[in-house]
Amino acid sequence: MTRRRAVLCVRVAVLAGLVVPLELCCRTGIIDPLTIIAPSDMVASMVDLLGSGELNESIESTFSTIALAFVLAIGLGTLAGALVHRSPRLRDVSDPLLASYYSVPTFIFYPLLVALLGLGKPPLVVLGVLSAAPAVMISTLSGLDGVSSVLIKMARVHRLNPVRTLWWIVLPAALPRLFTGFKLALSYALIGVIAGEFILSGTGLGYAISFAYQSFDNRAMYGVMLFVMLVAVTANGILYVWEGRLARRRSAR
Amino acid sequence: MSAPAVSEPSHVALKEVVRHYEGPPAIHALGPIDLAIQRGEFFSIVGPSGCGKSTLLDVLCGLVRPTGGSVQFEGKELRGEVPDGIGVVFQEDSSMPWLSVRQNVAFGLRTSGLAKQEITERVDHAVSFMGLAQFADHYPAQLSGGMRQRVCIARTLVLRPRLILLDEPFGALDQQTRLLMGDELLRLWRETGATVLLITHALDEAAMLSDRVGVMSARPGRFIDMVETGWPRDRDSRIVSDPAFGALTARLWSSLREESLKTMGRAA
Repeated sequence: MTRRRAVLCVRVAVLAGLVVPLELCCRTGIIDPLTIIAPSDMVASMVDLLGSGELNESIESTFSTIALAFVLAIGLGTLAGALVHRSPRLRDVSDPLLASYYSVPTFIFYPLLVALLGLGKPPLVVLGVLSAAPAVMISTLSGLDGVSSVLIKMARVHRLNPVRTLWWIVLPAALPRLFTGFKLALSYALIGVIAGEFILSGTGLGYAISFAYQSFDNRAMYGVMLFVMLVAVTANGILYVWEGRLARRRSAR
Repeated sequence: MSAPAVSEPSHVALKEVVRHYEGPPAIHALGPIDLAIQRGEFFSIVGPSGCGKSTLLDVLCGLVRPTGGSVQFEGKELRGEVPDGIGVVFQEDSSMPWLSVRQNVAFGLRTSGLAKQEITERVDHAVSFMGLAQFADHYPAQLSGGMRQRVCIARTLVLRPRLILLDEPFGALDQQTRLLMGDELLRLWRETGATVLLITHALDEAAMLSDRVGVMSARPGRFIDMVETGWPRDRDSRIVSDPAFGALTARLWSSLREESLKTMGRAA
């Protein structure tokens, strides 16, 4: 058995080790269905909800908000990281702020965002960007710091202009660390938007979970939760595989 | 030390070159230096650590402007830009890990305006010349340190430079690989007809490869000795067994020893 296959088997075993006992406990009544429903019921509920089209509007709303927040976070985070990288003074100011940024729960600003921007997409997008952009900024700084000075010298020897130096040397050299930031940004944007919908919004998957919870509709609540988890894990998994391919090329021995 | 008297104009000429770095603390890194290198010459520079060898290379290729004096390449003064016709191989690995060997070698031709066919031919030739044909589609991470340095040399070679500057290119390699790489460098020099300037801290490497060796003083670096080796053009690493090789290395060391001691004293 190859190492990769062995690792996959262990992962499946760990997952089964969590799901099967839970299924048994739910089926035998050890766990009250008012607390948790059986995993097979969660899957059935998710399939029913998706099949009925009941979630279509929420899915469209949530994922378009996440996509917008993700793209804005990458654009703003990369730009801010590049600007701070060029200015040692800005770096001195921003380093301690960035280091402590994630100790502040950005959700506490949600009421303020609603007061400023109203209900709907704008405050959710801002919340997603506030959650994700600093991760992109930190990884941009780290990526640019890691570009070897000899490669910049090499670009000068080849008489590359600043745009070509950026496009042909700096970005590819920094890409692995930038990619880490993009991966984190996707997770943070998803968390920011869904948590925002959960707290105060009137639309989206976060709201659907919150509504089902308040209506004591456990089946729907766990169905939507499972769907959100699967989408998040799948999206991250795709980026993980892509990142792995990039890394393998650069570190293959 | 002044340049030797010659009839044809120098390929590279330095006149009263000085380089200071503003502080704090202000550093007088180099000079004044006068140097003339003839077209097709293999010239090496040795000197104690921190004497300004790499600064001199940066000045020579136009990466750094001298604080005083002038640098001319093919009769034209360098003005803070690397001119066409100069290729540089650095001490550090400057291969690009995201590109294959072939793509690394072709990198400098992206802006050349050459036809695709011509680029392919040049790249194939440079890759074969450096013994990398079997590894053309490999990535640098799949190669040894010596092979990666050969990729960097091939990337320079493909541009057909008339002046090749090498900054301790074999510094990270073991002694046997260095000798073999030295042979490849000599072959490259003979076949291209380029002028080569090699910066090295290895006296045996300088003695084996060069037509002429310049010995630099401790900082601020100046030439304190200029040694003609007198080797034939078709030499290779077997000359290390020649009695004259030992005498040459000994002369280089006797010129350098006191300067190295000064550097150590300064470090202490």
